[in-house]
Amino acid sequence: WAQCMKFSQSQEKYLIYGKYKITLYLLDLFESLSWARAPAACLNFNCMLILLPVCRNLLSFLRGSIQFCSRTAARQLDRNLTFHKLVAYMIAFHTAVHIIAHLFNFEFFMDAQLNRNSSFLPFVLSEIGTDDNASFLNPIRSNETNPTIVMFTTIAGVTGVVITLALILIITSSMEVIRRSYFEVFWYTHHLFIIFFIGLVFHGYGRIVRGQTAGSQQTNKPHLCADRFEDWGKNESDCAVPEFAGNPPGTWKWVLGPMILYVCERLVRIYRSHQKVVITKVVMHPSKTLELQMRKKGFHMEVGQYVFIQCPSVSRHEWHPFTLTSAPEEDYFSAHIRIVGDWTQALYEACGGDKTETQEAWKLPKVAIDGPFGTASEDVFRYEVVMLVGAGIGVTPFASILKSVWYKRIQNNQEVFTKKIYFYWLCPETEAFEWFADLLQSLERQMAEKDVANFLSYNIYLTRWKETEAAHFRVHHEAENDPITGLKQKTLYGKPNWDNEFTNIASKHPGTKVGVFLCGPPQLGKSLEKQCLSHTEGDVKFIFNKENF
Amino acid sequence: MGKIEWAMWANEQALASGLILLAGGIVGVAGQFRGWEFAAYAVAAGVFVCLLEYPRSKRAKGTSVERSGQYCFTVCVKAFGPLTRNYYVRAFLHAAICVPGGFMLATVLGCVCLGIASLIYLAAAIRGEHWEPILPRKDVRKPVAESIKNPPQNPPPRPPPETRRKQAKDLEGAAYDNPSSVTDD
Repeated sequence: WAQCMKFSQSQEKYLIYGKYKITLYLLDLFESLSWARAPAACLNFNCMLILLPVCRNLLSFLRGSIQFCSRTAARQLDRNLTFHKLVAYMIAFHTAVHIIAHLFNFEFFMDAQLNRNSSFLPFVLSEIGTDDNASFLNPIRSNETNPTIVMFTTIAGVTGVVITLALILIITSSMEVIRRSYFEVFWYTHHLFIIFFIGLVFHGYGRIVRGQTAGSQQTNKPHLCADRFEDWGKNESDCAVPEFAGNPPGTWKWVLGPMILYVCERLVRIYRSHQKVVITKVVMHPSKTLELQMRKKGFHMEVGQYVFIQCPSVSRHEWHPFTLTSAPEEDYFSAHIRIVGDWTQALYEACGGDKTETQEAWKLPKVAIDGPFGTASEDVFRYEVVMLVGAGIGVTPFASILKSVWYKRIQNNQEVFTKKIYFYWLCPETEAFEWFADLLQSLERQMAEKDVANFLSYNIYLTRWKETEAAHFRVHHEAENDPITGLKQKTLYGKPNWDNEFTNIASKHPGTKVGVFLCGPPQLGKSLEKQCLSHTEGDVKFIFNKENF
Repeated sequence: MGKIEWAMWANEQALASGLILLAGGIVGVAGQFRGWEFAAYAVAAGVFVCLLEYPRSKRAKGTSVERSGQYCFTVCVKAFGPLTRNYYVRAFLHAAICVPGGFMLATVLGCVCLGIASLIYLAAAIRGEHWEPILPRKDVRKPVAESIKNPPQNPPPRPPPETRRKQAKDLEGAAYDNPSSVTDD
C-alpha cells in the first residue's frame, strides 16, 4: 500500500509541476512522462530499502537493542529475507512500468522530430535551442536518428540497459530451483547488484528529462501561451521563446545511506571471519551428520540461534547457515551439519571424517563464524507449559532448547518458569534419529536419576517406513527399549492426532498459557494454528509461535 | 563451480527473455510505434520461445521439479527429437531468433536477454548436457520371482506345539534334532 501511495503522489507531482507542463506538450499531451517519473520515484524508494534487510549484523544489533523495548518488533526483523524478496518484486514491477513509459516517450520525441510541420507544437518545441545546444527540450536532437541509437548514445540510455540486464540476471538466478541446487550461481550473480547500484546512481547524470527553467516560466506561461506558439518571440506577443534545462540527478540521495551501511556490513563480516575459531571436537554421527564443537573468544549465544560457517580451505566465498545445537550454558558451541552437497561433503573430508584414525588437532581446518543471528526461540522460557513440535531436520533448534532447559533446571538449580515440556518429533526416516536420540537418552537417564521424570514428555512419530522395517518393529514390539531409538519411550507410527493431544494437554493444565512452537513445513503450521485456535477456550490459552528458517 | 547444470539457469533466463520479448512486442504493436512489424515478429517469437522453454529438463543428478502443467508441453517438445534435445541447436536457434529484436527499441531488451540465454545454453552444450523430458514414472512392479509359482509341497520342519511353547522360556530345552536334513546333500 505504501507503494501505491508513493506512485500516485509522484504522478500528481509531475502533472501539476509547472516546470514540466511544456514537456508534456512535447509529448502531444500524452502523460507518459509522469508514468515514467512516478515509478522512478518509487524505484528510488525501493532501491533504498532493498539493501537494508540483508545487513544481518546490523539487524542483529538492532534486534538486541529493540528487544528491551518490544518483542514483536524484534520478531519482524526475522522476516528480513521475505521483505528483501518483496522489495525485489516491487523493483522489477516498477522497472517494467518505467521502461514501457519511456518507450512511449521516445516514440513521441521521435515523432516530434520527424513531423517537420511548423504548425505542429511538438516540432516547434523540438526546434528550440538547436543553436546553443543548451536550452533545448527534446532529447532527440535530429531527425536522422532512431530511438535505439539515441538510447545507446545517452548516459541514461546505456545505464538503463545495463542495470536492467543486471536486474534480470539477478532475478533469473534467484529462482528457487537455481538457489537451492546451485547456490554458487545464485551468490555470484547476485553480486551484479554492485553494477546495478552504480548504474542507478549515474542514470540521471545526463539530465535527459528537461523542464522549463524558472526564469522562463515567467516569460512564457504555458497555460496562456501554449496555443499561440506561432507568435513566440515576436515583439507583440508577451510570450518569449521558452528555455529548458535538465533535472539534476537525485537518486544518490536515496541510496547513498544504505550503500554505506551495506559496505560496513561486509566489513564487519570480514572482520568477524578473521577472528580465531578453534574446533575442539569433531563427531561423526551415523546418520551422515557431522558435529563440530567449537570455541571462539567472546562468543555469546542464545537458544535456537544460528551461525554462518565458512571454511576457507573448502571454499573461500561460501558462508552457510547452521542452527546451533548446543546450549548457552555449555563451554563450547556446536552445530550438527548434514552432509547433503558439495560443500558439506568437502567439509566432512577436511575434518577427517573419511579416515578411521583420530586426527591431530592441528590438522583440523580453519573455520570462520559469523553470528550468532537470532530467532524467537527465547520465548520458550516464558511459558509455564510448552509444546515443541519439530519435523525432521527442524528438530535442531529444539536440541539447543532442551539442553538449555535441562541445564537451567538441574545444574544451576534455578527456578525455571517452565514446568512441563511436551516434545513432538515427526520424522520420515529412521536414519536422522541417531544423534538426537543420544541427546534424548542422556536426558532420560538424568531425569530418572534426579527423579523428575515428569518434566519432559516426548513423543517421536515415524511418519514413513519401509515394509522390511515394519516387520522388525512388529517383532520387537514387546521389547523394553524402543528398537529404533533405544529410548524407553516408544516410537509411535504415523502422524499424531493433534486434536487428542491438544485436548489432553488442555485438560491436564487448566488455567495456563501454553506456548506452541513449531519448526517445520507450513502445512503443519497451518493445522497447528487451527488447533490452537479451536482449543483455546475457557481458561487454557494456546499461543502459536512459528520458527522460520 | 562443482556440479552446476548450466542448462537449468539458461532455461530460466530464456523463459524470462521470451516473456520480455513478448511484452516489448505487445507494447510496440499496441502503441503503433515506427517499426511495429518488428514488434509483431517479437510477439510471435516471444510466444514460441516461451512454449519451447516452459517444460523443464530432467536433471542429470538430483530431483527435478516440474513447472505446473508442463506435461503437454513436454510431449510436444519431445516430439522434435534431436532438435530440441541438443543444446547447441537451442543456442544457435535463440541467437538467430533474437537478432530481429534488435532493430526496434521496444524489443531490444528481449533481444539482449535472449542472447545471454543463448550463451549460457552454449556453455551447457559444451559441457555435454542435453534435454531430457520429465515423464511420469510408471511403477514397474517387480516381476514375480520364479519360486513363488511353486509353493512348497511339504510343511516346514516345525517342532510340535509343546516344544514350541517351551522355546519362549527355555532356549536349551527347546533344541531338538530336525528329523529331515536341512542341508543340500
